[in-house]
Formats: sequence, structure tokens, C-alpha cells
Amino acid sequence: MDPILEIRHLDVDYGLGDRAVRAVRDVSLTLHRGEVLGLAGESGSGKSTLAYGLTRLLAPPGVISGGQVIYHPASGEPYDVLSLSDNGLRQFRWAETAIVFQGAMNSLNPVHKISTQLTDVLKAHEPSMSEHTRQARAREMLKLVGISPDRMDAYPHQLSGGMRQRVMIGMALILQPQVVIMDEPTTALDVVMQRQILGQLIELRERLGFSVIFITHDLSLLVEFSNRIAIMYGGRIVEEAPAATLYRDALHPYSKGLLSSFPALRGPRRELAGIPGSPPDLAAMPAGCSFHPRCPRAFEPCSVTIPVLGRPDATGRTVACWLHPSADAADSPGVSVASGEH
Amino acid sequence: MRYFLQRIAFYLFTAFAAITLNFFIPRLVPGDPVQSLIAKYQGQISTQAIQSLYVLFGLDKKQSLWSQYIDYWKQILHGDLGLSFTFFPAPVSQVIGQALPWTVLLVGITTIVSFFLGTGLGVLAGWRRGSWTDGLLPVTTFFSSVPYFWLGIIAIYLLTGPGSFFPSSGGFDSGLVPAFDQYFIPSAIRHSLLPALTILISSVSGWILSMRNMMVTVASEDYITVAHAKGLSERRVALSYAARNALLPSVSGFALALGFIVGGTLLVEIVFSYPGLGFTLVQALGAKDYPLMQGIFLVLTISVLVANLLADVAYLLLDPRTRKEG
Repeated sequence: MDPILEIRHLDVDYGLGDRAVRAVRDVSLTLHRGEVLGLAGESGSGKSTLAYGLTRLLAPPGVISGGQVIYHPASGEPYDVLSLSDNGLRQFRWAETAIVFQGAMNSLNPVHKISTQLTDVLKAHEPSMSEHTRQARAREMLKLVGISPDRMDAYPHQLSGGMRQRVMIGMALILQPQVVIMDEPTTALDVVMQRQILGQLIELRERLGFSVIFITHDLSLLVEFSNRIAIMYGGRIVEEAPAATLYRDALHPYSKGLLSSFPALRGPRRELAGIPGSPPDLAAMPAGCSFHPRCPRAFEPCSVTIPVLGRPDATGRTVACWLHPSADAADSPGVSVASGEH
Repeated sequence: MRYFLQRIAFYLFTAFAAITLNFFIPRLVPGDPVQSLIAKYQGQISTQAIQSLYVLFGLDKKQSLWSQYIDYWKQILHGDLGLSFTFFPAPVSQVIGQALPWTVLLVGITTIVSFFLGTGLGVLAGWRRGSWTDGLLPVTTFFSSVPYFWLGIIAIYLLTGPGSFFPSSGGFDSGLVPAFDQYFIPSAIRHSLLPALTILISSVSGWILSMRNMMVTVASEDYITVAHAKGLSERRVALSYAARNALLPSVSGFALALGFIVGGTLLVEIVFSYPGLGFTLVQALGAKDYPLMQGIFLVLTISVLVANLLADVAYLLLDPRTRKEG
């Protein structure tokens, strides 16, 4: 499969200098054409920061302190999003990579009609398009996400939460982007609405062929809706595997913990268990593997040396855990800078 | 529309209450205007004249309070506000009519300029926060806390005097007759510069501060991030998304400020002896000129109510959430 978005060794900090909080560290992740890549982790694991970072939407004091985000356009040479000019970035945004944000309630400007908010994207990116065509396109998008086009002149407060999030999805697809990042798109909605909207989105993806980065803390949703899942903890990716593989046979103790914290709909009954402790303070990370204070299976190297992502077997999955050392040892010797930088 | 009618009904009721109060308050104050007029003319008024003065001022002792009240309403509806003592025998409406344009032009223009200038600078300072515009803030905070009459006194002290371009008092050169000609208008403008500047400097800061703070608040809203993510131009995000929403509280403040234009900035008018309504009110107070005071209060009340109504309408237009149905 062709890669469409390659994140290479991305580092994102909040603040500068010694007191900076390292929210995302050395994340490398590849999104392939037409795939749904799930990104899961607890609150504060850096998953949203990663999404904001790769579109350069970080609010100050967030800064990208290293890495590359290589985007492969449908035609033309791949380029690094992080080194685009302001103008280039404006053109890249939404036209190539659109985002559906967390807060369905607050993503729409309350004082503008939704038609205005749908068409101003077109105005910015396709200035030559006539007003009539813009309106028609906006209507078409509303119809696509299952909202009657006669709601064009409605204001956001006249729509329900689910409808607003559908409008946002329609808005995200209006320029036919290659990549859609969904940052907890259904968190504010009830469970029935969640499924309905996600189901619709997956169906649209099959029809329109865009790729999705789906960020959520709800691993059960990912297991159902994504092709591949990456698990984040303490700003790093700790495991990455095809969804089914991860569900059946998670290697990292943290992934196992996440999986056993929600019930399965089918299959044998099993005990539900949470993960003891709480997510690490990003400003004062434990030395070694950041999960070791909470890990039921921690042993000697865990508190000393940070494990790097390695391939434990020949299937191509990766995991960063001393329990599952890389099969090809030469590939990853481990980073022995116990993160005592603070 | 129904909401709008409700508002209008509310304002009519408020106006009625205010006018009623306006009728009673002078009658509750000890002393009466005829007595003070007699004192003013020091016994040169005959007994018959005194009786007719009572009738003239609507204070006829033979009449009941109720019929006085009814007469008062009749007069008001005819636009008759009685006679002024200070400018006797000029009717109050004429005195107000002469003072009003001065105030409305001076304070009106400065209020409008101040709002647009301050809001514009506030948008800039809020959007570019962290840049040089933050240097504006201590200065604006300082000026918004300085009382404007003090600023006026300082301005008179520093900038006027023999041979200065700026006159220290009045609305026009004393040798001129108010008329729209090439002598009077430049003179009036020259006289208004210092008071205008004084009001502008002290009021613009408030607009800058409130707009900047709203911009900073709005800038952290999700829809601003979305607007950035949509790849809209910086200008469009700043104006159509951030400033458009941050403007709402300022607009109602502006409409209210318009209501207080008529009251004038009393102290500025006193400091500069500017022939506006505020200055006239002070004269009326000094002379216990009840009809004139009542007249001025009436004009004030009505303008504040009209401004409130304007604020309501502006809000209906600008914020769709306040509309009941859509």
C-alpha cells in the first residue's frame, strides 16, 4: 500500500527550554492510502497533540521541536508539511488534510449560518467557483451526511449535537481531502449517535476513498472501525498492529490493560479490569519505560532504559516493551538515556 | 417580531414611569420655583403676577395634584415643557433646543469616533497579543482610569492661554452669531477640539481594553481553531470569526453610550464652559430652575430609552441566538 502521510520522529513540546513539557516524543507513524488508522490512549497521552502538531495547529505555547511530516499528494512530489510556507500551509489545510474536532458543540461559529461556514472554505480554496456552484456544493455535502439541504440557512444553535457534528463531517469532506483526521469526533454524543455517525463515515470513506486518522480513548470503537491501531502512552507510541491482531493478541501490558477495561459484545465472558494508577505527569516522566510504575509485569530493565519500537515477530507489528524484544536485535539497541532530563 | 413588540411595550412603560417621576420629584423638593423667582426679582412682581406665575408653572394651589398631573401630560404631548426661570421668559423647549446641538455634535462625534477607533485597536491588540501592541495596554489602562475632567483641566492649563490656537472656554468666538457661515463654523470647530480630544482620550481606552479582552477570550474558542484548520486567510479568521463574535458585548455598550451622549459629559462641558446640555443643566441647578431641569431630565430619559432599544435591535441583528424563532 502507498503511504499518504508519514510522520517521522515527531516531537512536540509545550513551552520552551528546560521547563518544556514533552507532549509527543519521537513518534513515527505511517498512514496508508484508503486506510483507517486508529490512535488510542488515555487522556494526556499526546494523541490530540499529535493531530494538532501534524497540521501545525498547535496553540501557543505548543511547538514542534523536531521531526518531519511527509505528505504524498495525489499527484506530484511528496513534501514536508512542517516546512511549508504560511501560504502553502493555508492551501494544504482542509484541501489535503481536514479535521473533525473534538467539540461538536463549539466547532461551528454561533453567529454565522451553516451555509456561510460551509461556503467560506470553498471561497478560500477555490476562488474561481461561482456563488451558485458553492451553494450547490454545500447542499450536496449536507445531503451526503444525511441533513436536509433546507437547513442551509440554520444557525448552529438550531441544530442538535449530532447534526452539528454531521455538518462538521460534511464540511471536512467538501474539498475532497485525501486525509481526514478525526479527533474524538463523537465524544460529546450519545452512544447511538456515535455508531450512526461513525458507520456513516466509514461508508463515505469507502465511497470517496480518503484515509482516516481516528483518535479516541475508546479502544472498542477502534477495534470495530479501524484497520490498524497505534497505542500511545506518555507521548510515545507503545504498540502498533492491525486492529484484529491487537484485539486478539495485544503484546504491550498497557494495550492489554486498555482492552480489558471494556466488555466485548461477543465471545466468552471475561473479567473487566482497569489499569491501576494514573497517567504519568508529562513534566516529570519516570525513568525508563514511562509505563513501568503501573505495569504489572515490570522487571529490571523497565525502570532504567526506555524500550524502542521493535518488531517482535515477522508480521510487521511493532511494540515498545522489554517483554517483547525485537526479533532483529541489530535494529533497535534501546535508548539508554533514562529520561532524567528534568 | 413578537419579542420586538414586547420590548417596545416595556420601553413605553418605562418612559411613562420616568415621566411620572419627573412630575413628582420637583413637587417633593422643599421650596417652590415661584418663591425663588420672586426672590430673584426682589419684590418687583405684583400679587396678581405671582398668582399667574403659579398657574403658568402648573403649580396652581387651587388645582388638585391629579389635575396638575393630567395637565402636565397634556403639555408634554404638545411638546410644551414650560418656561425656564433662568432664561425667563424663554420656553424650556427653546433653551434645550439651543443647547442640544452643541452636545450632540461634540459628544456624538467623539463617542462614535472613539468606539470605532478603540474597537479597531482592540481587535488588533487582541489578535496580535504578545507583540508590540501589548505595550498599548498600560497606557490605555492609565487613561481609562484618569477622570476626563481632570484631563480637561490639564489640557486647558498646558495648551491654552494668550496667543494659543486653542481657546480655553465657550463654543465659539464671542463676537460671532451662530450661523452656518465661514466665520462661525471654523470657530466652533476650533473651540470643540480640546473638549473632543479630552473625551476621546479618556473614552477610547475603555473600548480598546474591552475589545482586546473579548478578542483574547474568543481566540481560544474551538471555532477559531476550526477556521484556521479550514485554511481561511488570517484576515478572514480575525475579522469574520474572532472580531465578529468579540464585538457583541461592545455593541451593546456602544448603544448605551449613544444614550448618554445627550446628557453630555457634564464635567467636560463645565470645565470648558461649553454651551451644551450638561452646562445648561448646571445652570438650571444653580438657579433652582425646575422646569428646565425637568425638561432636560425628560430628554435624557427618552434618549437613554431609545439607545436601549437600539441596543436590543442591534443584538437581534448581530446575534442569531437572541432571536426567538428563525
